[in-house]
Formats: sequence, structure tokens, C-alpha cells
Amino acid sequence: MKNKLIKLLSILFIFATNLSCAQLGETFIREDKDIISPDEINYDLELVHENDEIIWAIEFFEDNSILATVKSGKLIHYKNNGDEVLIKGLPKIYLRGQGGLMDIEFHPNFEKNKLLYLTYAYEKEEGKGGSTNVARAKLENDSLIDFEVLYEATEVSRRGQHFGGRLEFDNDGFLYFSIGDRGNRDVNPQNLKLDGGKIYRINDDGSIPKDNPFYNLPDAKKAIYSYGHRNPQGMFKHPNSGKIWTNEHGPKGGDEINIINKGLNYGWPKITYGINYSGTTITKNKSLPNMEQPLYYWIPSIAPSCFEFINSDRYGDWKGSLLAGALKFKYLERIVLDNNKVVYREKIAEDLGRPRDVKESKDGYIHVSIENKGIYKIVPKS
Amino acid sequence: MRVLILLLFPLFLFSQKDSLSISIENGRILYDDFCIRCHLPNGKGQIGIIPPLAKSDFLYEHMEESIKALKFGGIDGEIIVNGVKYNSRMEKMGLYNDEIADVMNYILNSWGNKSDLMITEEYVDKLKK
Repeated sequence: MKNKLIKLLSILFIFATNLSCAQLGETFIREDKDIISPDEINYDLELVHENDEIIWAIEFFEDNSILATVKSGKLIHYKNNGDEVLIKGLPKIYLRGQGGLMDIEFHPNFEKNKLLYLTYAYEKEEGKGGSTNVARAKLENDSLIDFEVLYEATEVSRRGQHFGGRLEFDNDGFLYFSIGDRGNRDVNPQNLKLDGGKIYRINDDGSIPKDNPFYNLPDAKKAIYSYGHRNPQGMFKHPNSGKIWTNEHGPKGGDEINIINKGLNYGWPKITYGINYSGTTITKNKSLPNMEQPLYYWIPSIAPSCFEFINSDRYGDWKGSLLAGALKFKYLERIVLDNNKVVYREKIAEDLGRPRDVKESKDGYIHVSIENKGIYKIVPKS
Repeated sequence: MRVLILLLFPLFLFSQKDSLSISIENGRILYDDFCIRCHLPNGKGQIGIIPPLAKSDFLYEHMEESIKALKFGGIDGEIIVNGVKYNSRMEKMGLYNDEIADVMNYILNSWGNKSDLMITEEYVDKLKK
């Protein structure tokens, strides 16, 4: 009898441990069940510019024509009459893994000064590896002139990952940009003396604001604004608060949304909700003192590539929600917040392809660039 | 089949196991860096989206085209791998030719794949678009 009881207990024990392992495993491999696939679709997707490469970023002129970066190293002006003009004067670009020509951002006063900003992967010495550069140039007669590198990251690597590369201006004229950890997570993100795994803040001429958080810290990179990031590639300025919001590629199960605050440590790789792609643990810590919790984290990961706040009145109740590109699942994710808590998520442009950038045009139409397809306009059904 | 591959592609058969195993080990590191996110740790890809590399009929039947895809960036149009259609072009990874050889040797000797043929840097050098 006693033996039977032990046997039964051990069977129960084995059953219980297996169950918890299975559940744990499921947490990381499950389909995304929390996101809604709407039954009724009240918009059309109109392909406005075809391109079979990767359009990494788009920016709108006042006339709503588009300046687009192509990752392989092209800058194209898509005019409203259908013409495509190749802009001359790009620097040599390091095409390696995820690196190439990345973001483009117009100066807040672009209409007058014609200044624009670019991020691109850069290799100083061939074969030695590279990192991310930020540059400024003036657009004149379909050429970039007065080309000037404003920031050159010094921690180079031959690894193909995590160049970051998003640019955004805030209301005070500061330019923010991201550089990912360059695949060197245990070295770069937590070290203020090294580039990589950071959000940076500079003035529009490349000089460094004296009130940057680590300006007076000896040997620190003075342009750093926040640290402990993995690979932030989505960034927008919140229209109400003026704050910079980012989404970043985490490891498996660790993609995040963060509001960027001065001088703060966002924890990578000391804390994360994710695990290695291989399934092994990075850290058991999900929180630690003096490290920020994300506003939201995705399980499973969506591979967030871009981020935009919907300001337009053209889309009814979409106004005020966020759009994030899900490279992995090939849709845009519309995220509704209530008091900075995610309360609803739905799929937009499902199965269209891998989104790289999403942005509102001057006349309030959401545009999304899709890898190997081109730029689509989301047109509400009347 | 093997004779056919030898005739079609000037791959070099190396008797020294060492250079192949070094190449495979280098290739594993490169695979984990450049390929693993899409083709996954088991080389199975994602059905209908990312073609498998493990026991892929396409890879063996179109070896040269596959290596060219790695060198020049993707294959245009639809391909059928193990009976499933794929139509998403891989981007150019910017690997050096010696790295392409290494990662191919890793792929050709992983997840049940087996090949006595070693891809060399010289072979990748000669491939034209």
C-alpha cells in the first residue's frame, strides 16, 4: 500500500513537473493569441511606388512626394507624377547583415534650409567591421551637398546585427538616434564609455548639448541620452508629451516599447523578458533596481521594425493609437493605449509583407514600406 | 547524382578533414549571426515564408544558384522547396567570399545534410551574376 502510494505520488510529481515545463516552453513558442485579426476591413491598400529591394525609411516633402532610403544604398525621390529620381552624393555604405543605408529625417526647418539627416552602416577600414554613422547634408538639385558626418560610432564589429539607426527630432530641435548593441551585448550596452546599445541626443549641427546626462562624466560618450538598449529601430515623438518613444528588437520574447527618459538605464542585457534564439537563458532577472521596465513587452516577439503615432483624422477611432511594424509576422500592429497601458492590439495590412517603415504623409495618409514590394498607402473606404 | 554535381560545379574534394571541419566551425558562427533568425537554429525555415536549408531538395538540385543567391542577394521569383512554394527574396548579407564558403559548408553538413564536397573561396570568387 505504502509502495503504491509512493508510486502514485511520484507519477503525479512527474506529471506536474512535465506540465510546468510544457507551459514554460509554450510561453515562448506560442502563436500570438492576444492580437485581434479584425473581421471587417475598412481600408484599401494602394501600392503607390513599386520597389523590389528594401525601402528602409520614407520621408514626406510638403507636396507629399516621398524621399526613400533603400538599404542597399540608394536614395530615391518618388515624385507625384510617377517619376523616380535617384539622388546623388551618398557616402560609401557598409552593406553587412542588417546594416546598410537606414533612416532619413528632414530638419524641422527643411522647407527653408533643405537639410536632411541620414543613418548608415560604415566601415572605416575594409574587413575590420563597422558601425552606425549619422550624417547631415543639404538636398540641392537632386544631389546631397555639404555632406558632413555628425556622429561616428567607434565600437566596430564584423557582426551583422543591431545597427539601430532610427532618427527623430523633438520639439526643442534636438536630434535623437539609436545605435544597437552590434551583437556585443555583454560589452557595449551597459558601458557609457562605449558606443552601441544607446539612444543618443545631439544638436542639429552635430554638437552635443551641455545638459546631456553624461556630459560631465569622465570618458563617457557625451552624446548618450539613455542606455541598456538592444536594437531600437522604431521611434516617434509623442504629439502630446513631446517625448521620444521607441520600440526595440529584444531577444526571443523580449521586444519592448519604451518612453525614453534622460540618463536612464533600460536594462539590456542585465534584465529582459526574452531568452536566446536557441532557447537558453540570458538572465533570470526581469527587473533590477535602477533599471527601467518597458511600457510593454511582446511575447512572442514580433520583430518591431518601425513605430508611428496616428495623428490623422482620416481613420476614425484609429487616432491616438500606435502603429508598429511586425517584421516576423508580416503585418502592422495597431496598439491602443489607456493611461500608457496597452489595452488592445489588432493586425493591419495582414500578410502584405515585411514592413520597414510607417509614416503619415503631410495630408494625413498612413504609408508603409514593405520589403521587396514598395510603398503602400492605406486609404480608408468611404 | 554526385557525378552530375561534380561535372556541373567545379567543387574541390578535399581529403584533409581538417580544413573542412575548420570551415564548418567558422560557418556555424556566421550562421548564428546572419542566418539563424530567418532559417532558424534547426535549418527548417518557416513553411511558406522562409525556405528550409535542412534536407532541402532545392539546395542540392540548384547548388550554384543557391550560392549565387548568397553572394549577390536572393533569388527572383517563385521557387519550390520540398513541394512548398516560396516567394520572398533574401537580401544581400554582405558576406566575404571565404565566409560564403564557410557558411555553405556548415549548411551542407548540418541537420542531417551531408556532403563530402567542400565549397572553397576560389569557387565562390568565380561565380558571376
